Amino acid sequence: MLREVFIVQSGLAEIGKRSRWPARLDVVQSLSGLALALFMWGHMFFVASILLGADVMWAITKLFEGYFFLGQSYPRLVSGVVAVVIALFVVHALLALRKFPINYRQYTTVRAHAQAMKHGDTTLWLWQAHTGFMLFFLASAHLYQMLVWPQNIGPYASSDRIWSDGLWPFYLVMLLTVELHGGIGLYRLALKWGWPPLSRHSLHWLKWLLTAFFLILGLATLGAYMKIGFEHRQHYGERYTPTWGTEGEER
Amino acid sequence: MNNTTSGSGLPPRHISFDILRYNPQDPATAPRMQTYRIEDADSMTLFIALNEIREHQDPTLQFDFVCRAGICGSCAMMVNGRPQLACRTLTRNLPDVTTLAPLPFFELIGDLSVNTGKWMRGMSERLQTWVHTLEPAPDLRKIEARMNPDLAEQIYELDRCVECGCCVAACGTAQMRQDFVGAVGFGQIARFRLDPRDVRNDEDYYALIGDDTGVFGCMSLLACHDVCPKSLPLQTQIAFLRRKMAVA
Repeated sequence: MLREVFIVQSGLAEIGKRSRWPARLDVVQSLSGLALALFMWGHMFFVASILLGADVMWAITKLFEGYFFLGQSYPRLVSGVVAVVIALFVVHALLALRKFPINYRQYTTVRAHAQAMKHGDTTLWLWQAHTGFMLFFLASAHLYQMLVWPQNIGPYASSDRIWSDGLWPFYLVMLLTVELHGGIGLYRLALKWGWPPLSRHSLHWLKWLLTAFFLILGLATLGAYMKIGFEHRQHYGERYTPTWGTEGEER
Repeated sequence: MNNTTSGSGLPPRHISFDILRYNPQDPATAPRMQTYRIEDADSMTLFIALNEIREHQDPTLQFDFVCRAGICGSCAMMVNGRPQLACRTLTRNLPDVTTLAPLPFFELIGDLSVNTGKWMRGMSERLQTWVHTLEPAPDLRKIEARMNPDLAEQIYELDRCVECGCCVAACGTAQMRQDFVGAVGFGQIARFRLDPRDVRNDEDYYALIGDDTGVFGCMSLLACHDVCPKSLPLQTQIAFLRRKMAVA
């Protein structure tokens, strides 16, 4: 029997050919989440360079502005990277919205379900949904700031923003939110696709170890910027000059 | 009932069951909690405890059972908020006060009894969970083609599903989306996908589960995997299907 006849007789023809879009959207949601989580961790290492000293942070900032290979700083290069991150963020948020409860009834149902089940991964998903919702606002505000004022990144510029501009509570909340969201997201991604082929127990431990590591690193980093900002409050707006000194390239 | 719970000479333990009572056939009744108290006993299962209550305290209490041995999947219910088979739940592992409720998601017949069969049949028809062959009807006089024992074992592993509904009741996605296929459906697709007698390919399976009511709707909360009374490998099977359907 021809396959076409089989398809008609088995009833598969009534279902018809399904769109490929659900598969594509699922893959894009996963890939955009993976890219954002990896970016978040890379970003954390870059900003944590302040722990190695203001000169190191200054050098990394300059590296991203092209200073070491273009001869002078172009903060708009940072804006370009931020624009790509914004695009990823919007795509990921749009696709992730499909998984959110779509009304209050669904929300209360799934929340009551999680409370009754006392099931770790179900509760983790609720955390992921809540932190994801918070990131709509927190990440948008931060990304906009970096897109529009990329020149305000540096040992003193960032510290002034965090201390004198009073943004440290914002960064504290965002740090907790983004680390939880990204950590849980990567853990779920591994379970969803079955890769890396580690046991769930191992993935769970790895997830919490990484989250704890980045939270500690993030808190220490935030503390360092707050300290510098506090000490620099009388000179708000002044830019950092590396200890070896460079003319006209202060931040 | 034998009251030597542990043979230690300690006074017998008593357990209270707060049971959600509701008869949807009787519009005059409203859902309510009713408490029953029984004496625990050696090796007592929740199924035995419920029969004890029905026999000696309240003959109107509705719940389902057939096999008493974790094979029929009829006695699934929410035990302290988690789906479990009553016949596989030892009362000695329960706290002094235990709450029992019917499985959510499925049509309620009354009290702890739900119509899982109706939903399972609908799922089976929707996902066409039977062997599809090119012959219009199998020749029953012919000897079946041989199957590799390892493959037969893999198929059997997935065929152990008793359709109790625990995985669907535990699923966060299913709580929000009534049209979600659920782990039981994925397990069956994975089973027929392995079967060499079934001529369907991944494109055909994609037509059945390739959307957000199917495998792409699964959020990998994996409560299904954790509550499955048959310990089916649902986590790996769903991830496997997702990978296959993503490129189908």
